[in-house]
Amino acid sequence: MSTAIQDPQTVERPNYLNAEYGWKSWLLTTDHKRIAILYLISITLMFFVGGIFAVLIRLELLTPQGDLVNSDTYNKFFSMHGIVMVFFFLVPSIPATLGNFLVPMMIGAKDLAFPRINLLSWYIYIVGAVFTLAAVVLGGVDTGWTFYTPFSSSYSNTFVITAASGVFVAGFSSILTGLNFIVTIHKMRAPGMTWGRLPLFVWANYATALIQVLGTPVVAITLALVGLERAFRIGIFDPAIGGDPILFQHMFWFYSHPAVYIMILPGMGVISELVTCFSRKSVFGYSFIAGSSIGIAIIGFLVWGHHMFVTGMSMYASLYFSLLSFLVAVPSAIKVFNWTATMFRGSIVYDTPMLYAFGFIGLFTIGGLTGLFLATLAVDVHVTDTYFVVAHFHYVMVGGMVMAYMGGLHFWWPKISGRLYPEGWAKFAALLVFAGFNLTFFPQFILGYLGQPRRYHAYAPEFQVLNVMSTAGASILGLGYLIPLIYFLWSMRHGPKATSNPWGAKGLEWETTSPPPTFNFDKTPIVTEEAYAYSHKQEVEVG
Amino acid sequence: MPLFPESASTIANSIDYLYFYLIAVSTIMTVLIFSAVFIFAIKYRRRSPDEIPAPIHGSLKLEIFWSVVPFIIMLSFFWWGAQIFFESASPPPGAMDIYVVGKQWMWKIQYPEGQREINELHVPVGKPVRLTLASEDVIHSFFIPAFRVKHDVVPGRYDTMWFTATKPGRYHLFCAEYCGTEHSGMVGWVTVMSEPDYENWLTGGGSEGTMVQQGERLFQQLGCSTCHLLDQQGRCPIMRGVYGSHVQLQDGKTVLADDAYIRESILNPNAKIVAGFKPDVMPTFQGQISEEGLLQLIVYIKSLAITSAPGTTAPGAAGAATTGGGPRPPAKRTQPTGGKK
Ligand SMILES: [Cu+2]
Ligand SMILES: [Cu+2]
Repeated sequence: MSTAIQDPQTVERPNYLNAEYGWKSWLLTTDHKRIAILYLISITLMFFVGGIFAVLIRLELLTPQGDLVNSDTYNKFFSMHGIVMVFFFLVPSIPATLGNFLVPMMIGAKDLAFPRINLLSWYIYIVGAVFTLAAVVLGGVDTGWTFYTPFSSSYSNTFVITAASGVFVAGFSSILTGLNFIVTIHKMRAPGMTWGRLPLFVWANYATALIQVLGTPVVAITLALVGLERAFRIGIFDPAIGGDPILFQHMFWFYSHPAVYIMILPGMGVISELVTCFSRKSVFGYSFIAGSSIGIAIIGFLVWGHHMFVTGMSMYASLYFSLLSFLVAVPSAIKVFNWTATMFRGSIVYDTPMLYAFGFIGLFTIGGLTGLFLATLAVDVHVTDTYFVVAHFHYVMVGGMVMAYMGGLHFWWPKISGRLYPEGWAKFAALLVFAGFNLTFFPQFILGYLGQPRRYHAYAPEFQVLNVMSTAGASILGLGYLIPLIYFLWSMRHGPKATSNPWGAKGLEWETTSPPPTFNFDKTPIVTEEAYAYSHKQEVEVG
Repeated sequence: MPLFPESASTIANSIDYLYFYLIAVSTIMTVLIFSAVFIFAIKYRRRSPDEIPAPIHGSLKLEIFWSVVPFIIMLSFFWWGAQIFFESASPPPGAMDIYVVGKQWMWKIQYPEGQREINELHVPVGKPVRLTLASEDVIHSFFIPAFRVKHDVVPGRYDTMWFTATKPGRYHLFCAEYCGTEHSGMVGWVTVMSEPDYENWLTGGGSEGTMVQQGERLFQQLGCSTCHLLDQQGRCPIMRGVYGSHVQLQDGKTVLADDAYIRESILNPNAKIVAGFKPDVMPTFQGQISEEGLLQLIVYIKSLAITSAPGTTAPGAAGAATTGGGPRPPAKRTQPTGGKK
């Protein structure tokens, strides 16, 4: 942090953290920054709940026999891991925490457009989480996070309705957050903050919000129908009572493919901020990165059938979904190329957030490229429902999204907490995460092509070595996540005080104090330059 | 420790080549991006704290280049993958039929010749095999990694898949769609045998007669035969020659009498009423007949098809109709000439 810019900030200055004290001041707050903290605590808890299930899964898979727990218990482990991680960590992760904290500040606003609805979102999330955790405590659910029918609606003997209600309820939290962001970004930008000057993180959250508002109702309806069929035997998905099980998959993936972008787009937004700051350079191809977020949001709604190539869907539908799945890869590729180009002739430092950005670019590239394997019809037939798919989406979700989240958390931690974290430990943990991640998930690509199906409690003995590697990697990865938890908590009390702009970064959030005052800015800022104006020197065009 | 699966079907090699092509292109892309990031990170590292690099705002030419070129490369993936997928969609005419019923948590296999097995599938080397897949309960997925084939087994309908095995041996059979408690126990073996060994194997077992005979027996037992007469009009449509024909319905539509139609007519007789007949004459057999029994009935009804005029059936049903005499001796089947590679 040699680039720290000194400012005459005094310790006593009131900020959002010390403005009020006591439980009430937190649980009834309408300050977007405090709500972001509430979310941060909640999703961190859920991350470690999901993480415990991941540990249990990997322990079971150390041996091929399935001898640690019985099959029903194992099936509950991977189901709870998926449900908790997808709906209660990945979907809210960046928008509800960093997005909540930063979007108003980045556009120079005092708060979100609907501060009370923002608080309501958090309470709805908590209700949803309570339902889901209740399902865990009561005895678990064993449908997988995908709730496929007719297994979920007619055959499972577990707490399907409880868990599905949790997801159903949490969906409304996601919709309200999205709505809040859309209105805020449209109506509350500071003078001079034109659409063309919006930070790319805001663009990414805007695109995400569109998907949240348009897609989430569909999954809510779908799960409600599963509940109706289960509770009242109304034939919707179960062919024994006149339903169509494939209809469920169409409805489920109509949301859940775009949901992949709900999970990854905000992460891409973070990476745009990190790469520019730590290269000290304006972003290469601003409008292409911003536009590709919107492109992903739109095309992402048209590709869901690539999850269904072996269901016996019509040949022409399969061709269509395959082709469009390749098309949706283009905007993601554009982003990767532009980030790389941003580094060209930059002034690059390797602070922890940038290490995570490097990790993201590398792992997301692998995750994205292996997605192309799955879009390729004949290859998908072989690898779908195997560990290849498991590896692929963990490369995107954990290698991509969680890397970006960790990078963002480190980057804005001084702003959020007013304190600096220990850089040495942070770098060490980032390396652990990267190494542990690859050791965990790379062998799973090989396992998948070999043919190990996913969601297997016991597996063929010849797959053991690769599974042991995966479990070894997972323990390193777990450690890599625990260390930041410890030093972040430590730094809140003992970390050195942060200046308002410790990275020398551009963006309105860095122009206010760390931590910011309750209404973010003493005076509404006026924006006069484009995003990432790291230099006012003569501009150079290439190409 | 194996790192790559065995290839034991005609389609396995073509999928592997495509897979290698994907790996090659992906590796090149990954190396390009990794080295660009790595080189830039080293070469343009910050050398003094106050250095300010000149901004570069972008380049339309580059944006077009790295949008269009990757997409063209992806189109080659699409094209190649679609081609194999298309070819592997329908079996060559004359494929031999085997019937698969998935249930929690086992695979029940029956052969037209009458054999039945659980979690074991025996096939001859070098002959196209078509599987008809049915499920008694939830969705399963029939997956033979060494053949690179997989297809979901969806309750309430029939799915088909096919392959031609190329190498004698024993290969894994997995259920690939999560189906509950013993999903990972819903596994078995596919045994590929030489043609003489297979003929030998077929002659052992099968004390209940061929599937046609079993179906015929069911047809009597369930009382179907009292209304559906074989050669003259009873209270219900005649059965001979129905399979593979176009049936005129009461509402003016016509429907091809294939497996799905026969299945629906047994389980939900009022769904499609044949022109000239009344609804509610036939009771539903939903819940009174097993999936295996249904398949036996269908095979029996198929055996009553008039096979001498293959040109009269719709192209989509060509495989089904021309091999309508499935249970007959293999010698009667026409061997595909260009069906395999
Ligand atoms: Cu998808
Ligand atoms: Cu299964």
